Amino acid sequence: MKHLFTFLSVIILFASCRKDVDAPSGSKEVPKASVGFYLLNEGNMNMNKASLDYYDLVNGKLTSNIYQKQNPTVVKGLGDVGNDLKIYGGKLYAVINNSNKVEVMDAVTAVRIKQIDVTQCRYLAFYKENVYITSNAGYVVVADTATLTEKAHITTGRNPEQMAIVGNKLYVANSGGYDPDNYERTVSVINLDTRQELKRIDVAVNLHRIVADQYGDLYVTSRGDYNTIPSRLYVIDTKTDQVKKEFPVGASNLAIHNDLAYIYSVSWSNITNSNTITYATIDVKNETLLNTKFISDADAAKIVLPYGIAVNPDTEDVYVTDALDYISPGILYCFDKTGKKKWQVETGDIPAHFAFMK
Amino acid sequence: MCRYICIFIYCLYLLLPGKAVAQLTAKDTLRIVQVNARRIPDNINPITPVQTLSGRRLETLNSLSVADAVRYFSGVQLKDYGGIGGLKTINVRSMGSQHTAVFYDGLMISNAQNGQVDLSKFTLDNIDAISLYNGQSNNIFQTARAFSAGNVLYLTSKTPQFSGNETWHGKASIKTGSSGLINPSLLWQQKLSDRISSTVSAEWVNANGRYKYRMKDLEYDSTAFRQNGNINAYRLEAGLNGTLRDSSTWNLKYYYYNSSRGLPGAVVANKYKYGQHLNDQDMFAQASWKKEVPGRFGLMANVKYSNFFNVYIDPEYLNEARYLDNYYRQQEIYASVAGKYNLTSYWGAALATDMIINTMGSNIRRFAEPTRYTELVSLASRLHFKQLEVQGNILATIVDESVKAYNGAGSKREYTPAVSAAWQPIPGKNLWLRAFYKNIFRMPTFNDLYYTYIGNNNLRPEFVKQYDAGFTYTTALRGKWQYISIQADGYYNNVRDKIVAQPAENLFGWMMMNIGKVVIKGAEVNVNTAFMPLHNMTLNMSLSYTYQDARDMTTGKGGYNYGEQIPYTPWHSGALTAGLDWRAFTFNYSFLYTGERYFQKRNTPDNYMPSWYTSDISASWTIRRVKFSAELNNMLDQQFDVVRNFPMPGRNYRITMNIHY
Repeated sequence: MKHLFTFLSVIILFASCRKDVDAPSGSKEVPKASVGFYLLNEGNMNMNKASLDYYDLVNGKLTSNIYQKQNPTVVKGLGDVGNDLKIYGGKLYAVINNSNKVEVMDAVTAVRIKQIDVTQCRYLAFYKENVYITSNAGYVVVADTATLTEKAHITTGRNPEQMAIVGNKLYVANSGGYDPDNYERTVSVINLDTRQELKRIDVAVNLHRIVADQYGDLYVTSRGDYNTIPSRLYVIDTKTDQVKKEFPVGASNLAIHNDLAYIYSVSWSNITNSNTITYATIDVKNETLLNTKFISDADAAKIVLPYGIAVNPDTEDVYVTDALDYISPGILYCFDKTGKKKWQVETGDIPAHFAFMK
Repeated sequence: MCRYICIFIYCLYLLLPGKAVAQLTAKDTLRIVQVNARRIPDNINPITPVQTLSGRRLETLNSLSVADAVRYFSGVQLKDYGGIGGLKTINVRSMGSQHTAVFYDGLMISNAQNGQVDLSKFTLDNIDAISLYNGQSNNIFQTARAFSAGNVLYLTSKTPQFSGNETWHGKASIKTGSSGLINPSLLWQQKLSDRISSTVSAEWVNANGRYKYRMKDLEYDSTAFRQNGNINAYRLEAGLNGTLRDSSTWNLKYYYYNSSRGLPGAVVANKYKYGQHLNDQDMFAQASWKKEVPGRFGLMANVKYSNFFNVYIDPEYLNEARYLDNYYRQQEIYASVAGKYNLTSYWGAALATDMIINTMGSNIRRFAEPTRYTELVSLASRLHFKQLEVQGNILATIVDESVKAYNGAGSKREYTPAVSAAWQPIPGKNLWLRAFYKNIFRMPTFNDLYYTYIGNNNLRPEFVKQYDAGFTYTTALRGKWQYISIQADGYYNNVRDKIVAQPAENLFGWMMMNIGKVVIKGAEVNVNTAFMPLHNMTLNMSLSYTYQDARDMTTGKGGYNYGEQIPYTPWHSGALTAGLDWRAFTFNYSFLYTGERYFQKRNTPDNYMPSWYTSDISASWTIRRVKFSAELNNMLDQQFDVVRNFPMPGRNYRITMNIHY
């Protein structure tokens, strides 16, 4: 009997020891409508660790896990693998790829308004009263930004990625990334008023990013085939809808602000068994590769795996994120116009996408 | 704070029976040893740390597969994706699952593709004993492969034993339970002649795999059913055991396992259902011959062929075909010869040579189609005195690899030693002090070397140095207490050149690199005792406790989490079982505890996983040749994940009936 008692006491003690999941770190403070930006951390797949940070530029303070703090009742939270983040019409849209949803929040409070279900969603674009969401399933979902309900599907190439809008035309980079023997190599051109695909512009294999400059040109990145075809950057003239230039640089990601495009490239070398990381700046007005560096060599050497890039439209500071090994908290770096590091801060896992509060 | 209270209680509990020992053993010990000798379990070995579950004890534990049973061992973390069909692999002393070799009836089940064995494939129906050795077995007369891993898990199937005029034994069993489990099985053992007997064992497992789970946080609480966890599997084993005129023994064995199972996937926000499927066809055939002249020499030969065919199907894959169908075929040819010679009455030596050929084929893109040739030579020696035992061995490993396409990994030559010693300080007292050192490695797997878009054929082996010191104490007791045995070990493991996935240029191209370093300091305690309150009632109790401090000591590249406890490694874990035998009834209670831990490298609240503990009970009743048993598992219906986002079943049950002739 004594032993039964001991058993029970052990069990009861253990029972009382079990802690519930800890509250997220930091205070329960609501992000103010201050000058700053949201940062979407992707989180590694199956970890359900997509998270939203807010960086307050006035006080230089990062608040992590904003979504979880503001929406504690949402089952399993923000979800698995963030993929894009944008603010439009006072709402914050977060694409959560492996959770098959776009979370729509109030841009000031990050309080959830509604979710839009989209299979393997990738990127966002906005035009008039509509939000456009690419789905890896081969189409763009059109949803109303007031009701947040889906109203149409527009078929694109296979595995469409980022989008850009010039005039009333939507340009979609098709990757075909799920078929390495048969990559897509086109940009779909869609008339936003009729929702008809007008044509496909042949560019290069496995397209990913597409960003418009202020001169009616699109900067499109090709991932290459990770084997013999290297990553490259192309320029499409939207007046002719043709490729007008190829830059002989690899490009994983880019941000364009005024006349400058900031580019980084990560490519694997089988010779050194390591990533080769390069940074480049392009003058988009004259379409020339510049010799200036937006990050000093010393700082560049510290970044293990650049994963996100953005330019602050007011200060023209450049933000670059480091995803490290994908499974550790990442780092957000801020560089001033001259390439000097201003500050760095630890973020969630795989920091990647930015949305600025004005 | 709470954690310390728990340890304190554990310690208290450890002391209780120990106190009884001190009082009772002072008296007439010798006589009691004789009386109770048969009750002292054989699962304590003074020379090397080993834990064994066998026979009746294994039968009464609430376990469906070998995976469930190994949870009761100290030092073990079972990586369990949940449910009947969920992948279950063993990780011993935090070295990583590739450092534990799994042996089935004397020969290793190898998996050159990923270095892991899914223990959920082995139901306990035909298993007679499970033993886990840290380092290696204390028997020097073994295949070279038995020396080649950090830890060895031996599974032994039931072998026929006939007494008197018996010519056959049979067992038919049917099991059913939660998640739609249906599990009939049949075992037939036939005496073919005075020297030859046969065994046939067949089994079918079918389950829909559905179970309720709960997602709970501070402000939400939601339940759902696990989907796509169905399994349909069958197993067929046939064996012949024989003895030749010179009293050497031989056996032949054929094993076939076929399963088709859904992969239920990670439960993440807004996604609770998956369509992926895995089909496995595993077969092997093996032959063994062994001649032993006690005290003089021994000779044995083994051959084995195995063929594993796995198909992964993803009907949700967003390629043109909207379907992914990847197959992997692994084959192995294995041959081993080992000899033992006793130079003097106290000194023996053994030499073993193994040859292994592994191949792998697949329809995945740009697959190298590797073939690996491995040669293992082990020279072992044993000094054996009444109160002292010293063993040592050196293992030479020679690996060459060729590929049909792209670049193969280079040749590897490694020489790794192991030494162990045990000492009995007081004659007649069953107290042994022991220590061992072993330096061993695991080869990079075919997945590490050739999988995905970019393989890394420059990978080196991943090494572990193990240092262990401990003691065992076993004594018979008088009166109602039958015996007590204690085994305790402290250890220090150093994993270097750990193979760690690093991002390459895209999410598809993870790159395996030898950059990790882990230092593990641990302690384990196992206590077994039996109490006999009435002449026909026995209470067997056992307790195991593990403490592990396993830190990521990686610096430089990949060293972003220096000093942090490695993922999925609790500081504290333990198990407690109590089994009561009374007339034709048995009752069993088991308790498992896994302490708090983190699921990613950084020990932050975001990565925190709370502790979990389950209480399982079972009862059985035997009437003539029929036995009925019922199990209730996780009776407090605790919700937990072993692997993050792979919820485990809550309260569940199983009912078994078997007939034994």
